[in-house]
Amino acid sequence: MAKIIFQKPKSLKEKIFHYCPGCGHSIVHRLMAEVIDEMGIQGITIGVPPAGCAVLAYNYFDVDMIESPHGRAPAMASGIKRMLPDRMVFCYQGDGDLAAIGLAESFHAANRGENITVIFINNAVYGMTGGQMAPTTLLNQKTTTSLAGRQTLLDGYPVKVSELFSQLEGSAYIERCMVNSPAFVNKTKKAIRKAFECQKAELGFSMVEILSACPTNWKMNTIDSCQWMDDVMSKVFPPGVFKDVTKATKKAAEVPS
Amino acid sequence: MMTKAIFSGFGGQGVLMMGTSLAHSAMSSGYHVTYLPAYGAEMRGGTANCTVAIGNEEIASPVASEPDYLIAMNSPSLFSFQTKVAARGIVFLNSSIISDRPSRSDLTVYSVPCGDIAQDLGNTRVANVVMMGAFIKKSGVVTPEMYLKSLETIMGSRKKGVAEVNRKAFAAGFDYIKD
Amino acid sequence: MNKVLMSGNNIIGEAAIRAGCRFYAGYPITPQNELTEYMAEHMRKAEGGVFIQSESEVAAINMIAGASATGARVMTSSSSPGISLKQEGISSMAACELPGVIVNIMRGGPGLGNIRPSQGDYFQATRGGGHGDYRTMVFAPATCQELADLTMDAFDAADKYRTPVMILADGMMGQMMEPIIFKSPAPRVYPEKFMLRGAGSGKSKFIRGLLLDPIDAEEHNWKLARKYEVITEHETLCEEHNLEEADMVIVAYGTAARIAKGAIKRLRDHGMKIGLFRPITLWPFPELKLRALSAKVKNFLVFEMSTGQMLEDVRLALQGYAHIDFHGRPGGAVPTPAEFANVVARLYNKRD
Ligand SMILES: Cc1ncc(C[n+]2csc(CCOP(=O)(O)OP(=O)(O)O)c2C)c(N)n1
Ligand code: SF4
Repeated sequence: MAKIIFQKPKSLKEKIFHYCPGCGHSIVHRLMAEVIDEMGIQGITIGVPPAGCAVLAYNYFDVDMIESPHGRAPAMASGIKRMLPDRMVFCYQGDGDLAAIGLAESFHAANRGENITVIFINNAVYGMTGGQMAPTTLLNQKTTTSLAGRQTLLDGYPVKVSELFSQLEGSAYIERCMVNSPAFVNKTKKAIRKAFECQKAELGFSMVEILSACPTNWKMNTIDSCQWMDDVMSKVFPPGVFKDVTKATKKAAEVPS
Repeated sequence: MMTKAIFSGFGGQGVLMMGTSLAHSAMSSGYHVTYLPAYGAEMRGGTANCTVAIGNEEIASPVASEPDYLIAMNSPSLFSFQTKVAARGIVFLNSSIISDRPSRSDLTVYSVPCGDIAQDLGNTRVANVVMMGAFIKKSGVVTPEMYLKSLETIMGSRKKGVAEVNRKAFAAGFDYIKD
Repeated sequence: MNKVLMSGNNIIGEAAIRAGCRFYAGYPITPQNELTEYMAEHMRKAEGGVFIQSESEVAAINMIAGASATGARVMTSSSSPGISLKQEGISSMAACELPGVIVNIMRGGPGLGNIRPSQGDYFQATRGGGHGDYRTMVFAPATCQELADLTMDAFDAADKYRTPVMILADGMMGQMMEPIIFKSPAPRVYPEKFMLRGAGSGKSKFIRGLLLDPIDAEEHNWKLARKYEVITEHETLCEEHNLEEADMVIVAYGTAARIAKGAIKRLRDHGMKIGLFRPITLWPFPELKLRALSAKVKNFLVFEMSTGQMLEDVRLALQGYAHIDFHGRPGGAVPTPAEFANVVARLYNKRD
């Protein structure tokens, strides 16, 4: 019998993604589904998609999902998780959803140490509404509401969510990844797995920020988008692990009394 | 008089510009006119379309329920809209990339290889203007002079070269349709 | 005067700037993004103009409230879900008597709904929307020309009555283009005594909505109520179309009224005597004008892109003096004039 080396994850439905060619959402959806399959948690996972290009995520993930108003996913997920502590609960959010309108909800969910996992897609623009400036838009980056490029005097600075949230004592695991090369895609998958494992171990709030291409609104082709992420975007948003309480607990255990 | 047309194609083919330029020239010709683009999520995945209604009196709905004309710049547009076209309506096809034909037999079809014509002119981006030349010739909703003037207004006079290329493209499409 | 071809969203932006609006805050939402984008581009070019892309609609409405208190002409815009978020701030502006213009380019609801044109926010707009005993004036344009004119008028009304004013249109009006002419706005009349700009060497003042003493609060509520009475008496607007000898009158506003006009034209050609009554202000509702019609006409048909909200105001206005039918298309569905004509014809032929 032929050995299967590649197939659709069980946790994805038989549906074609509506995302634009080259969009990072599709890659991350697949990675999450693979992790859910590998952990065997499809039946106990509940997801909360955002208002954003991924608003239809429930058409793709074959797990229980509930829509939330724009930005409120972490609040909704908190409610779900508190009632059902043994389920795996995740939010899937864009940068406008998480870091603008929903900053209060995400910040306080992290600060309360809600035992949920947030998958945070940072594409430096508002995708769904047509490419307006996001809180994560880079300085001088042109968008439809920052026509001359983002200016600090008028629009402030790109928000570094991972750095910020890692300061909160309620957060357990925070990592920033990219999905613009096979090696980075593999790394992102490991981070998603780790975040879900943290939730399983009831360590508190976990979040993976994923730098993700929006070729449509960046007005670039896919290859240039990947290059731009390497050359420019990742310089402002450096990938890395910003918080990992599993390390801290291990270290503490190693210290001789 | 009341004329409705749908322009449809991939994002980047300049489909919305086809609609706005026509609407602008209808305004300049003294008609009532409405222009309505498809918007929002419809545009994800890379399609675009718009509707223009031109009339002698106030226009009730800008939605083209039964357009007299369909201008299809790619195959998906032909399949999406051919059923909506009014009985004995007219379809313009970008035959450079559409090999299919409408399944309805009551429609009159004009195949215009606007992509190839534009390429011969040295600028594939003006395929839409070539098609407008063909459309204006056949429909006669506005005069070619009025249309070209509007086109220039809409494109702005940023680059002088652009107006010249557009004029040539329009003429090529206009002449492609024989009376 | 030059005719220009612009989209509804851009028209509102341009009209606002011409009317002297110098502060805009908003958060992207379809189908009104072009308005936010227009303001991003043009507000910063206007002398003294400020544009802020806020982090949410809650923030946006509070930003304009602050700017309004300083005496600036201010505007924010959104679409249905975002307007729900603004309600707290609208209530607060009404309480503090702060002028400002709020644009709602309605989409399908409830919840996230969809981004198609809809009229499901009539109740929210006309009943106050937020908490407390207050009203907002609501203008409902039906053409791009009216978008331009009423946007300018909204600023004047907001100043005159020191109250938030809403422009209620829908996704179709926001997206469509029609040729229009911008009128020249009247000079602004807004006394400095209402502006909070620092006391300097004079007496300091404050603006508040919190009135802990119920007697003070009661008086404040009655004061607002008297203002709303004046507005009701003086500010109703409506269009009456084809009413001579009509046996049946359609009551519709905004996009629905356009469709109704198309249907009426077709049916008049078939000899059916049908007219249109189109409220242009939804609050205050042109109640007396409508009631007066019931002396001659006994059959009314309310048509809305909702399950029936203005219907209640029509019932209140007609007070049982005439028969009322209803036709609704909620959730973002927009019928064609031909489809709606079929509905009207069936009801017309059944009338008493
Ligand atoms: C209260 C409210 N305001 C605005 C919107 C419109 N809206 C939908 S998605 C979105 C932002 C999307 O950007 P982002 O979160 O970065 O996700 P992306 O689409 O880029 O994946 C906005 C503003 C809404 N749905 N609700
Ligand atoms: S607009 Fe951007 S984020 Fe949205 S689907 Fe397209 S590429 Fe992805």
